[in-house]
Amino acid sequence: MPVPARMLWLPAAALFGLAGIVAASASDPGPGAAPTAPGRDMAQQATRGPQRWITSDHSKHEILKQPFASGPEVTRACLSCHTEAASQIHRTIHWTWVDPASPPEKPMGKGALTVNNYCVSIHSNEPRCTSCHIGYGWKDKTFDFSDPAKVDCLVCHERTGTYKKFPAGAGNPAAKPTVFPGDGKTYEPPDWNRVAQSVGRPTRDNCGACHFYGGGGDAVKHGDLDSSMHKPNRSLDVHMGVDGKNFDCTRCHTTRAHQVAGRIYATPAATERTPLTRDDLTPRITCESCHTATPHRPGVKANDHTDKVACQSCHIPEFARVLPTKMRWDWSTAGRMKEGKPYKEKGPLGFPVYDTQKGDFIWEKNVRPAYFWYNGTIDAISLKDPIDPTRRVAINWPVGSPADVNSRIAPFKVHEGKQPYDTVHKTLLVPHLFGPPGSEAYWQKYDWRAALESGMKQAGLPFSGEFDFVETTYVFPTTHMVAPKERSVACNECHTRENGRMAGIAGVYLPGRDGNRVIEVLGWATVLGSLAGVLVHGIGRAVSRRRKEG
Amino acid sequence: MNAETANACRMVNVYLYTRYERFWHWLQSGLVVILLVTGFETHGRLELLGFKRAYEIHNYTGLFWLIAFAFFVFWVFTTGEWRQYVPTTRKLVAVVRYYLFGIFRGEPHPVPKRKEAKHNPLQRLVYLGLAAVLLPIQMASGFLYWSYNSWPAWGLGWLSLPVVAAVHLAGAFAILSFLVVHLYMITTGHSLTAHTRAMICGWEEIEEREAVEDWEVKTRRTPA
Repeated sequence: MPVPARMLWLPAAALFGLAGIVAASASDPGPGAAPTAPGRDMAQQATRGPQRWITSDHSKHEILKQPFASGPEVTRACLSCHTEAASQIHRTIHWTWVDPASPPEKPMGKGALTVNNYCVSIHSNEPRCTSCHIGYGWKDKTFDFSDPAKVDCLVCHERTGTYKKFPAGAGNPAAKPTVFPGDGKTYEPPDWNRVAQSVGRPTRDNCGACHFYGGGGDAVKHGDLDSSMHKPNRSLDVHMGVDGKNFDCTRCHTTRAHQVAGRIYATPAATERTPLTRDDLTPRITCESCHTATPHRPGVKANDHTDKVACQSCHIPEFARVLPTKMRWDWSTAGRMKEGKPYKEKGPLGFPVYDTQKGDFIWEKNVRPAYFWYNGTIDAISLKDPIDPTRRVAINWPVGSPADVNSRIAPFKVHEGKQPYDTVHKTLLVPHLFGPPGSEAYWQKYDWRAALESGMKQAGLPFSGEFDFVETTYVFPTTHMVAPKERSVACNECHTRENGRMAGIAGVYLPGRDGNRVIEVLGWATVLGSLAGVLVHGIGRAVSRRRKEG
Repeated sequence: MNAETANACRMVNVYLYTRYERFWHWLQSGLVVILLVTGFETHGRLELLGFKRAYEIHNYTGLFWLIAFAFFVFWVFTTGEWRQYVPTTRKLVAVVRYYLFGIFRGEPHPVPKRKEAKHNPLQRLVYLGLAAVLLPIQMASGFLYWSYNSWPAWGLGWLSLPVVAAVHLAGAFAILSFLVVHLYMITTGHSLTAHTRAMICGWEEIEEREAVEDWEVKTRRTPA
């Protein structure tokens, strides 16, 4: 029978209903029309405000016009006005290389017995390592940490960009033009008056002079800090991009009495998630300080993720996006010679993959981070702690758990190493790497036993004389190189069954990754059973019908 | 009796499904299909729209269904149609027997449709289970799943997401398997498309038979 016309509105209404649902689900308004996310508005308000200005022009100070022959002389001049600066500095990790908040029975830091899987330890290697110390002359254990004049004000505050510490000068710049064999570059002595008169608040270049080159070279260590961050573009770092917000490091690493906000080993950068709206003097070190805990537009699912997932997990899709970073360092292959001489070999990324002094390296670019539960604390073993050499030794590890309300799933660079350990005492060993000709240093004699003997002796630790190499890991939290929002990690990179970013994360039910196996099996069995049932039934009907007709 | 000749000569047109019923049926079937597809994609078993879109559509569709279902419940009770769902065991065995054997022999359906008794005893059971148990469970578990972040605030912090998700998944499988059987069963009318046609325009040709028995009638029986 014909369908009455008045009935046609029914399917039409149904269609409209469905169209409405689909439209509602696509509620993402296009660019331009979009109201911005509240967290962005908050952050933009927090960073607007007046330009900072100062009431002193350092080029007009007579005391900075006197002739200077060394760094400490400049420092004395600085301290004549900034009377408390040195004592403030003396309490910071920048000076002591020990976390001031770590317990005395377990001091953490390079200045104590904490190690890594790069050059392992500063002990016995001071003059090279301490070229990144904010002081002058930490060449061995005898360094006087209480001397105010030994503080290097310039390395953080000079703004000419010409001040360079000599790479093996224990924190001193070159006294006369000197070639550093490591990079073949000539290091000039500073123009002391010029650099002293240029001082101001630290820029990216000041912090970067050390932090972009950690581990003895550009991009070696962090993966999210390297020379590409001197002048990043917006797509590399949305906050620091010179074509974007152009933040200096200190915009987030706010400072009180020379204490720079940020995580220090086991001491979290912040223990409270305080936004600026609640406390306008709170450090801006966490994302939430400016962006709040619900930064996205109302109704956006990402706001519901902030209780479990760190902002960085989605907003830093990869680290090392411009320069490759070192992902593995195998010391056990060091010492090979070519025609009796040490040599280096460059890999496809333009960085050395073998170095007689150091062994084999693996460099990677655009690296997808590893993810761990993390409450802001990174714990570590020290040179005194026993290890289990039968498995890969975690030198440090993020602390956190799904049960801890302060933990989030956060991204990390995991650097693999293979480094010497004492097969009798079962501890990691300090190699004496850097030293003058004739010393026991590995880079002079290429004798591991002698180098380890010397390194452990200067660290004040026992060495049995027996050693081998053990696989290790060292983690760095990935928190810089925040990408613009359009490059953030897509939902299905975690909400997936195959090779998702969250594959190793336990303690949380992740739709799209997880499921109940029993229900899954029973469910499909029921569906397939139903299908088989109706198929058989249908065939039965067709057959019986044909039989009747036939 | 020969079913073919019976069909040919003894059919009557009956207005079975009202406008709202048909609207609700097709709306709900659309919602179910959308929810199944997007749900299984969100569950990681399909790749069609991408997780984000699938998830968003699933949520909005689910919430829409929840609201629309409230109207259905209202309709069912105000119109007295709920009586169509009152379960009975009478002739239940006969209906099961019919679908297992009789249908192959061309026997007539033991409980043909009538305006006042749209559901045979088997349908009553299935649709009651669906409308009163399965769908509400699915909606409740879906709503809880969706509101996961508010659990602590609502005093539901003791709920377990894996359990809620498992219930929701089990419901999805039950609905999918209902859909499979349902899609097949609509071909079992006197012609392959008779049931479908009825659900589109409201009228179905059914075999003319003696009056509906008293027990089948959905309206309240008034004492004589």
